[in-house]
Amino acid sequence: MSEQTKTPQISSVVTTEDVVLVGGKKSVDERYYYASQWELIRWRFSLHRMAVFSLVMLIVLYILAIFAEFFSPYTTDTRFEGFQQSPPSKIHLIRPGGGLQLYVFGTKRVLDQATFKFNFVEDTSIIYPISFFVQGEPYKMWNLFRADVHLFGVRDVPLFLFGSDRLGRDVLSRTLYGARISLSIGLVGVFISFILGVILGGISGYFGGIVDDIIQRVIDFLIAIPGLPLWMTLAAALPRDWPTLKLYFAITLILSVLGWTGLARVVRGKLLQLREEDYTLAARGAGASDWRIITRHLLPGFTSHLIVSITFNVPGMILSETALSFIGLGMQPPAVSWGVLLQDAQNLTAVAQQNWLLIPALWVIATVLLFNFVGDGLRDAADPYTR
Amino acid sequence: MLFYIIRRTLMLIPILIVMSMVAFFLIQLPPGDWVSFRIEQLRMSGVNVSDIEAENLKREFGLDQPAPVRYWRWVSGIITKGYWGRSLQWEKPVNEILAERVPMTIVISFSALIFSWIVAVPIGIYSATHKYTIMDYVITFLGFIGLATPGFLLALIMAWFTFSYFGFSPLGLFSSEYMDAPWSTARAVDLLRHLIMPLVLVGLGNTGSTIRVVRNNLLDELNKQYVITARAKGLSEWKLLWKYPVRMAINPLLSTLSWVLPGLISGTVLIDIVLSLQTVGPVLLRATLAQDMYLAGSITLILSAMTVIGALLGDIALVLVDPRIRFGRVEK
Repeated sequence: MSEQTKTPQISSVVTTEDVVLVGGKKSVDERYYYASQWELIRWRFSLHRMAVFSLVMLIVLYILAIFAEFFSPYTTDTRFEGFQQSPPSKIHLIRPGGGLQLYVFGTKRVLDQATFKFNFVEDTSIIYPISFFVQGEPYKMWNLFRADVHLFGVRDVPLFLFGSDRLGRDVLSRTLYGARISLSIGLVGVFISFILGVILGGISGYFGGIVDDIIQRVIDFLIAIPGLPLWMTLAAALPRDWPTLKLYFAITLILSVLGWTGLARVVRGKLLQLREEDYTLAARGAGASDWRIITRHLLPGFTSHLIVSITFNVPGMILSETALSFIGLGMQPPAVSWGVLLQDAQNLTAVAQQNWLLIPALWVIATVLLFNFVGDGLRDAADPYTR
Repeated sequence: MLFYIIRRTLMLIPILIVMSMVAFFLIQLPPGDWVSFRIEQLRMSGVNVSDIEAENLKREFGLDQPAPVRYWRWVSGIITKGYWGRSLQWEKPVNEILAERVPMTIVISFSALIFSWIVAVPIGIYSATHKYTIMDYVITFLGFIGLATPGFLLALIMAWFTFSYFGFSPLGLFSSEYMDAPWSTARAVDLLRHLIMPLVLVGLGNTGSTIRVVRNNLLDELNKQYVITARAKGLSEWKLLWKYPVRMAINPLLSTLSWVLPGLISGTVLIDIVLSLQTVGPVLLRATLAQDMYLAGSITLILSAMTVIGALLGDIALVLVDPRIRFGRVEK
């Protein structure tokens, strides 16, 4: 990477305070040496275009999930009688008489006498415009506020951007609501395994000895066995009739109880390495307590590495939840997650006719790839002093 | 050498014991058991099952004994008689159910591993020798995608794709007309056609990571002094590449096997469920759903044992391939 490409990013974060500090205009090099570790990480990350783009996309995804009620035209269990298994609505742009407008036609379900399949035929006599910030079905945002404004919608006829399922429910709305469980389980799960990993890895790495041996054997064991069969048997132990929230935390717990080992390894490895550094010795010599050495001197030394590991762990969690729910051992309907939605896609002949049921799979794949790109960018940026 | 192999094999025993305990006690976790499940099923379908009959049924399957007793019975049965217990759901010994499926699972997961190596090593070598060319960037990017893309979701999409556009259903290991047919060339071809997708998909993640590992290691090796010396002495580039650097670069394929195998086996289980192959994957799913404990426990144990034994074989192979590894202690 050349200096030319770096300059704009750097100049944008230099504050007046920095300039005053050295009493004059600073060269790029000087700014580089005066920058804090986090500034350096930010600069290097911003050079990684794919990672920045992925981060933005991920933020968009999470916003969609957080405000799912607003962004989705319907709720998760709104059924449209007579519109079961409808393909995605065709959106038209040019009005019959000329002029531009986003609109759809009403559709009618017709039974094909030859194949005994239902076809949806557009009725082109009336146009139904798609309007934005439209009043639609009432909902309770986060179960707190009543509202009925949706980002977009069509009056009188249903609008299925992603088609509808076999009960006539909008797949787009269900995908957006499903993002809530699927996306958050990654974060919550990683948070729990992070705590477990930091505590156990920290104990193991800092104190060493027999404690270290025991924890390491447990980690070796957990790493050596295939996770999925274990998850399956553990998830099978959960009663199917638990309420959604309870099931959610139980599954998150199962995933993180087996998922903390990687983080613990990172923590331990880095602690072992940093424990031998001169500055740790100096801190100990100055009479600092164990706790202070760990939190003030050791933790900041590998926070960036930890963030990288966490970023790579999130997609794994999301995938595990999707896999478990997909095979019927994870979240259960009426809860909606991407894995639950994909249960409808288990039947090949059904999918062959309603390929829009696979759309949630594309969302999962996209999310996983985005997280990996962000992780990749972070890994390159994590150690800003290696050039 | 022999001592090393024996020592490593002996080290496997405590691991296997812990594994069997974990597998068994996990299966004890469900709040119900198969007999209760079955009785409930019978009662729901209108068959009257009295409490005494229910008790008898439980006794027959040994469910009235405390867990450690049942565990000991199970394990000693496996060791002394090779008897893995009786599947309550299939009403057959576990051995019979798994007899064909376990070898098939091993075949699929290990050929997926070999397949991913065959694909990834040449690509990795090409990528390293053509560093920073467009092809290198394309390969690195595709490898990254392969590494990150979840195989089972891809299996779902690929199954739909081949079915819709080629009219070929990749589900199962045989098409319906060959299912019970005797072995013939046509049947073997049919099996191969069905095997391609699972092999590619199960190996996908490993293909991606192997390309990366081979490329990075080979790049390190190619910068070393001995390569420069050899080049200065006029060795041809081709010979130079294959003589040492490539051999060095593919060492990690064996040494990281203990990390790769668990993921590979998990992937096989899941993809086999999606593609309903006649392996242990779909059986395990049904067993866990019905809380058929002996079957589920046996499969979990077999899969875990497969993983650690595979890793052991990898370590032994590594010693054979790389004589620099000392037998005393293998560095992790």
